Amino acid sequence: MRYEAPNSLDQAVALLAHEPGEARVLAGGTDLLVQMRTDLIDPILVVDIKGIAELRQITEEAGGFRVGAAVTGAELKEHPKLKSVWPGIVEAANLIGSTQIQGRATMGGNLCNGSPAADSVPALIAAGAKACTVGPKGRRELPVEDVMIAPRKLSLAKGEIIASFLLPPRPAHTSDAYLRFIPRTEMDIAVVGCGVCLTLDSKGKCSAARVALGAVAERPLLVAPAAQALVGTSVDEPALQKLAAAASAACRPIDDKRGTKEYRIKVAGVLARRAAVIALERARKV
Amino acid sequence: MAKHHVTATVNGDSVEFLCDAQETLLDCLRDQLGLTGTKEGCSTGDCGACSVTVNGRLVCSCLMLGVEANGQSIGTIEGMARGNELHPLQRKFIEHAALQCGICTPGFLIAAKSLLDRQPNPTETEVRYWLAGNLCRCTGYDKIVRAVLDAAAEIRGA
Amino acid sequence: MQEKVKEPGSEFEYVGHRPDRPDGVDKVTGRAKFGADFTMSGQLVGKVLRSPHAHARIRAIDTTAAAKLPGVKAVVTAADFKDQPSEFIPAGEMLINYRDVVRNVMAREKALYEGHPVAAVAATNAVIAKQALKLIKVDYEVLPHVIDVVEAMKPGAPILHEDMYTAGVDPAPKTPSNVAKRLEFVLGDVTAGFKQADVVLEREFTTKPVHQGYIEPHACVASVSEDGQADVWVTTQGHWIVRAHCARLLGWDVSKVRVTSSEIGGGFGGKTVVYLEPLALALARKARRPVKMVMTREEVFRASGPTSGAHVRVKIGARKDGRIVAAEAELKYQAGAFAGSPVQPGAMCAYAPYDLENVKVVGYDVVTNRPKVAAYRAPGGPISEFAVESVIDEIAGKLGVDPIEMRLKNAAKQGTRAAYGPKFGPIGMVETLEAAKAHAHWRTPLKKNQGRGVASGFWFNIGGETSVSLSLNEDGTLSLTAGTPDIGGLRASLCMMAAEELKVPLDKIRVQIGDTGQLSYNFLTGGSRATFSSGMATVEAAREVKKEACKRAAKLWELPEDAVEYTDGAVRPAGPNAGKHNPMSLKQIAGIAGKTGGPIAGYARINAAGAAPSLATHICDVEVDPDTGKVSVVRYTAIQDAGRAIHPSYVEGQYQGGVAQGIGWALNEEYIYGDDGKLQNPGFLDYRVPVASDLPMIDTVIVEVPNPRHPYGVRGVGETPIVPPMAAVANALANATGVRFTELPMSPPKVLKALDEARANGAAKI
Repeated sequence: MRYEAPNSLDQAVALLAHEPGEARVLAGGTDLLVQMRTDLIDPILVVDIKGIAELRQITEEAGGFRVGAAVTGAELKEHPKLKSVWPGIVEAANLIGSTQIQGRATMGGNLCNGSPAADSVPALIAAGAKACTVGPKGRRELPVEDVMIAPRKLSLAKGEIIASFLLPPRPAHTSDAYLRFIPRTEMDIAVVGCGVCLTLDSKGKCSAARVALGAVAERPLLVAPAAQALVGTSVDEPALQKLAAAASAACRPIDDKRGTKEYRIKVAGVLARRAAVIALERARKV
Repeated sequence: MAKHHVTATVNGDSVEFLCDAQETLLDCLRDQLGLTGTKEGCSTGDCGACSVTVNGRLVCSCLMLGVEANGQSIGTIEGMARGNELHPLQRKFIEHAALQCGICTPGFLIAAKSLLDRQPNPTETEVRYWLAGNLCRCTGYDKIVRAVLDAAAEIRGA
Repeated sequence: MQEKVKEPGSEFEYVGHRPDRPDGVDKVTGRAKFGADFTMSGQLVGKVLRSPHAHARIRAIDTTAAAKLPGVKAVVTAADFKDQPSEFIPAGEMLINYRDVVRNVMAREKALYEGHPVAAVAATNAVIAKQALKLIKVDYEVLPHVIDVVEAMKPGAPILHEDMYTAGVDPAPKTPSNVAKRLEFVLGDVTAGFKQADVVLEREFTTKPVHQGYIEPHACVASVSEDGQADVWVTTQGHWIVRAHCARLLGWDVSKVRVTSSEIGGGFGGKTVVYLEPLALALARKARRPVKMVMTREEVFRASGPTSGAHVRVKIGARKDGRIVAAEAELKYQAGAFAGSPVQPGAMCAYAPYDLENVKVVGYDVVTNRPKVAAYRAPGGPISEFAVESVIDEIAGKLGVDPIEMRLKNAAKQGTRAAYGPKFGPIGMVETLEAAKAHAHWRTPLKKNQGRGVASGFWFNIGGETSVSLSLNEDGTLSLTAGTPDIGGLRASLCMMAAEELKVPLDKIRVQIGDTGQLSYNFLTGGSRATFSSGMATVEAAREVKKEACKRAAKLWELPEDAVEYTDGAVRPAGPNAGKHNPMSLKQIAGIAGKTGGPIAGYARINAAGAAPSLATHICDVEVDPDTGKVSVVRYTAIQDAGRAIHPSYVEGQYQGGVAQGIGWALNEEYIYGDDGKLQNPGFLDYRVPVASDLPMIDTVIVEVPNPRHPYGVRGVGETPIVPPMAAVANALANATGVRFTELPMSPPKVLKALDEARANGAAKI
């Protein structure tokens, strides 16, 4: 196995694009090394992108934030502003694994690992984040919900790396929340994950919403009907019931060692409702 | 494939070693540097027995390649005491019987120190959640949590 | 909050107090060396090729390509191990058969579980070893497999062993099956007993296999010299056992093999058998170089013994006042690939906490295509007692009798005859129940969605062969060598007992665990026997030292031996001669040792008898999330009789550790298999042991009903704590929800499903 640590994005892209064999990006390594150790993958080339400064930075841009794809969960939490603007995204990234994992894991890796149960992804989708990539054909932006197609399958080209996530300007009275269900209190892969972002108008009614679900389909889902259940309402009990029903209806889960189909469908509704309530409380305060 | 030459700082001392690209930092600490205090329990980042700090950040050394340590500052259990003086956490672990077989103890001590370095007055819940990535099968965690809280109190009071 | 019912610390100078353990500093600094921390010069890396099939005939193995790979120094298969005739030997509290052991460490005719070793290699590094494994060609004839205990008992099930005819059945069966043994314990007449009952309840329970979950994987380093001297460094609960098994399997005299036990990173029964050691020795013998072998976590799960999964039927009849008049149980335990589940101890313990006239327990030991089970903390007991304690709780509810009162009405006491034979000496069942009743936990009001459960538990504990040597050094200090590996505080306790006998400060005694060349035979650390047996031997050795010291002083003082005594830490003339000579300290005695006959020591070699059961009662509060079925344990109190707590902190630690494992067993731990017979969760991610945030503080109460057969009253305490938690949690859950759970683990999908069904029937409380 070859290890390269370029310090520019263009170099990284070139290395990945030109390697005929299996080449992987190494950011936090918390998924990559596990897969190597358990003989799931055997890459010829590993490209360490942590030496590329722009991938490690959080900058304010155009009223929003540009979060480098290789920023760790712990660094996200320590950023002075990000937690208050996007609490859902920060808490989601800091639910991944353990304190030790959060010390290394990145949202770029969490997304590109291609697991439908990734914790940070539903929160990013709910926030309307864009993935900004650099590849052999140059730079582009795509909604986070369009990056993953199926387990371990991404819509990115060979050699295309996610450089950063662009979080849009957050309107007034907007906030987000992420909840996941796991059988223990920590350390488990999400059985269901739900990110909700909502905006309230000056009268306290929901004027915009995005709801995303993880671990209930072959990729994380943006669930428009669930959002519609909230828009125009005061996020009251009937709206929450509709939300829960829409969330459950959107699920197309599998039975696996982490949960059954019927369980995931039920709990998706429960989590959507609970996440919406938290987002609502937060939105009322900003 | 030629080995990588890595230069790093471990517990304040300059070290260098050779390693294959796929060897983990854990492998390198134990096999190249003879620092066997850091343990391998699972090699998938699920048990925390391999906990070390990298530039002050708590991580699982089984999830880092040895080559990634180049130029970094690593902290292991061997560096926790100062000469003959044990760190308050080490003393409190012994005092509170917070270890039985002791295999998880180095990982817990490194992780707990990392908490107290950032949060000198943690609640019981904060301690438990910070340490959720460190598995112990012997103690049920009770005495470990008490030892950490007691050490925190002593460090604050001192 | 840790409480003790009595204050024994004040009775003794050392015993009962809480000094720092002597091996503590090494463990908190990383200096202590565990199984994988040892290296020998020139060592090779050994790796195992394991069957990918749950059940397959091995038609041929071709290792030529692997052996030729540069860097490979040895390859072994079953051909390198002589077949062993059938012979049963104790393994902890279970029995194993050498014919099975040789096949478990290396498959012969068949691969009987996914993960079963079929070959092993030793190479100069791990990369080459792994490549070599890929070059080994194994011709398998894949066979149908069976992994469920009930399925394995059905006629027509795939048969694992063509020569397995159920023992204990009369007339003996004519066709082979997967049932190795049927056993039964009977007291009185249950049929007559049930006729007297006002309430009869019959319930069936299923439990899944769970792993001991030690954080340290199996590891060893082995070397064999050109003249056949073998040395093994290994993490184990019993190095004399490792020596015996390796000598047998490799065809050597026992004296040729020296085994050193490293520090052990958890065992809980799972390190009482051999896996890697015979392979490492066979490779080392062939390669003429030391071989180090360490299991990955995946290998630990795929190929080292979990405990049985089981199907249990319990039927209990009781009168209106709560007195149990008849009790029946049928236990079907799976043994994994070879016979030897803990169904016998499970059957013995099922009703042991109770004084009953009419009991019938039938047990079946059933093989399945899974790894061979190994002992797991009170092997067999938690399963059967989970079922019994759940039914007792349900009956109490039906009768309107308080669950603690019901147990008190039926509690075993001194003189009670257990269904499995013996009459009990003094035991603490009543004491733990009374302590539970009196505990603040029992009275604290519950909050919304919470429930409280109580359960009791029994384990009998063992003694066994033990040797300890205690030498008086030239300067009056002492060196104590014991042979039972220290898994959690033993060295502290032994030091304390020696100090108490000799009345010398703790830091004047240095204790170590010796290797098999340094002591006579020691049975393993297991069966909650180490503090009991090594403690008993330590006391005997200390008393020998005292006696010898008196003898030497008597020689010096020209007094008869019986005119000299050892009191208050010194040798003194006794009786009419008192005061005639200055007392002599051990230091002074050591000074005259050479000229009065030679070095002074005590060397105890005993078969420790008189081990006594430890009883417990636990109280558990759970909180249920009604919309997700997630169960959290919010409060837990473990009350257990220790006989005498030598070091209370380590006794408390045993209680708390057993509780945590029991909670994991109750709520989330299980082996998940696919229809292909392959394990889907061989790691700590999806094999879910409790993490720190899952548990509350675990309060403990040490009750002391001294064991009259031990010099300090010690009862083994390590195993009983894992027995009550599953029922305590299930009973708490029933109290919270109105729903009884009979299937473990009680994971959220199962709980939610059961809650929803109960709600549909109007039977749910939340």
